[in-house]
Amino acid sequence: MTEVTELSRPEGEALNTKEVLLNLGPQHPSTHGVLRLVLELDGEYVTRVDPHIGYLHRGTEKLAESFTYTQIFPLTDRLDYLCPPSNNLAFALAVEKLLGIKAPIRAQYIRVLMAELARISGHVLITGALPMDLGAMTALLYAMREREMIMDLMEMITGARMHTSFCRVGGVREDLPDGCLAKIREFCDIFPNRIRDYERLLEKNRVFLKRTQGIGVISAEDGIDLGLSGPNLRASGVDWDIRRDDPYEIYDRLDFNVIIRDEGDCYARWQCRVEEMRESVRIIEQCLDQMPGGAFQIDMPTIAFPVDKDKVHCSMEALIQHFDLSAYGFKVPKGEVYSAIEAPKGELGFYIISDGSEKPFRMKVRAPSFVNLQGLFGTSNAHYLADVIAVLGSLDPVMAEVDK
Amino acid sequence: MSVETPLNRGPIAERFGEAIDDLGFAHGVHAFAVPPEMIVELCQFLKEHPALRFNFLSDICGVDHYPEAPRYEAVYHLYSLPNKWRVRIKCRLGDPPRVPSVTGVWRTANWHEREAWDMYGIRFEGHPDLRRIYMWEGFEGFPQRKDFPLRGYKDKLNPFGAEGPPPTLPDLATRNIP
Repeated sequence: MTEVTELSRPEGEALNTKEVLLNLGPQHPSTHGVLRLVLELDGEYVTRVDPHIGYLHRGTEKLAESFTYTQIFPLTDRLDYLCPPSNNLAFALAVEKLLGIKAPIRAQYIRVLMAELARISGHVLITGALPMDLGAMTALLYAMREREMIMDLMEMITGARMHTSFCRVGGVREDLPDGCLAKIREFCDIFPNRIRDYERLLEKNRVFLKRTQGIGVISAEDGIDLGLSGPNLRASGVDWDIRRDDPYEIYDRLDFNVIIRDEGDCYARWQCRVEEMRESVRIIEQCLDQMPGGAFQIDMPTIAFPVDKDKVHCSMEALIQHFDLSAYGFKVPKGEVYSAIEAPKGELGFYIISDGSEKPFRMKVRAPSFVNLQGLFGTSNAHYLADVIAVLGSLDPVMAEVDK
Repeated sequence: MSVETPLNRGPIAERFGEAIDDLGFAHGVHAFAVPPEMIVELCQFLKEHPALRFNFLSDICGVDHYPEAPRYEAVYHLYSLPNKWRVRIKCRLGDPPRVPSVTGVWRTANWHEREAWDMYGIRFEGHPDLRRIYMWEGFEGFPQRKDFPLRGYKDKLNPFGAEGPPPTLPDLATRNIP
C-alpha cells in the first residue's frame, strides 16, 4: 500500500475558496415533483436555501371563481393527488357549513373511510420514497405494492384510481359497491404486517438511520412559528390533531391515538407517518364495524340529485329541479367560512366567500404542503448538501398542492 | 348564528375598544375587522396575551372586492393551539393596497404574503423579501384580481388570451422593495 500524503502547498498560503450557487431541480428525482432549490454552498455546507416554486401553478383558486360548487370537486382532486378523498372532504365540509346542512351518517362514514384509505396511500408512498432518496431502494418497491392495493380499492369504490371526485355536497356520489367492505377488511388484515415489514427493512438500516437521526431537527417553537402542521409538527412534540381537537364528521365516535415524537428530526417525521398508518387501519376497522345503513346522499333535490330517479320521471317539480341543478348548480347563501381538516399532509383549509350565487366569490386553499415547505428554513442543523435531500423528503411536500 | 362564541373577548375589547370592529361568530370562527395600520399590533397582542395565545397563523389571503370602494382586503386566519379557538381578522385596503407585514410576528407569514402580493398586488410593507412566488419574474399584472381575464392576456406565449393591456399596471419594481 502506498502512503497517502497531503498535496504539497506553499507554506502559509490559504486554500482559495468561494461560495457556489447550485441549482437543485426543477427536474430532480428527490424533489418529488417540480421544485427548484437554489442553494448557496460553502464547500459541502449549505449556507442559504431559496426554494422557487410555481412550476405547476394552475390557478385553482382563480378557476374556482368561474366554476359551480360541484364542478370544483375535480379541481380539489388535483391538489394533493395522492389523497383526493381528503381534499374533496375538506371542500365539501366548507360548502356544507355555508349551506347549514350535514351529510347523512352513512355518507360521513364512507367519507372518513375513504379519507383514511387516502391517508395510508399518501403516507405509504413517503415511507418508501424517503429511504429511496437516501439510497435504500427496496422499501419503495414494497410500498408501491401496498399502494396498488389501495388504488384497486379506490377503483372498486369510485371507478377511478387517482382522481376520484367521490364526495358531493351533501353526501357521496354513489353507495359502496357489493363486496367492497369485505375487500377493505381483507386489506386491514394484511396491511399491519406489511408496515412491520417496512420497519424491519429500515429500522436497523444503518445508512438510513445515520442520514435521518438527528438530521434536520425542527424545534416545536420553530415548527409553530413556521406554520408546520400534521405529522411534521407532531414529530416535534406538538400535540395537535384536528381530527381529535376539532372533530368533524364522525371522528368523535372513533377511538384513535395521536402519534407524537419529541425528537423533531427526519427520522421522527418518518416514524410518525409509519405509526399513523397503523392508527388509520384502526380507524378504518372501526368504520367498517360501525357502518350504518341508510342514505348516502342528503334528501334535498335542490342540492343533490335524487337517488330515486322515478321521481324525476313522474313529477314535474322534480324534473324542473333536476334540470336546474344540472344546468346551473345550486345557490349558496351569502357568507364566509373557513373550514379545516386534518389532511395527510397537515391542516387543509378552505376559505370560501360566497356572494349568494352558484359560484364562489373567492376560494382560498390553505394547502399544508405549501406551508410545510417553509420548514426548510427552520432546520437548525441541515448543514450538508446531502442533508437537504433528507429534510425535503421528510417534510413530504406534494408539489401539486404547493403550487395549487 | 345562534351559537355562542367560545372565545374570551374581554382582553381584546379592553385593549382595543372601539378601534376594532367585532363581526361576530359564525361557522366556528370569530371575526374582527381592523384598520390596516393596527394589524401588527393586534396580531402581536393576540399571540402574546396569556389568556388568548393565538400562536399559530393558519393563513393569509388577499381578496378583491371589485368594483366596491375599498377594493382589496387582507384576511388573516389565526389559531390558538392551547385554547382551540379560531379567529379571522379582516383588513380592508384601498388602491393601491398596502398593509404592514406580520413576518415579524410569525415567520410563516413570509410565503403567504408573497402569494398575496403575487396574486393581488397587495404590498406588505416591511416584508424582507417580497418577490413573486408563483408567477415568473417580469410577469405583468396580478392574475387573481377580478379584472384580470381568466385566460390571461394575448401575447407570444398565449395566443388564446384576451386582447388589450392589463388594466391595473403593476409596479414593476418587484425586486427592490425595502
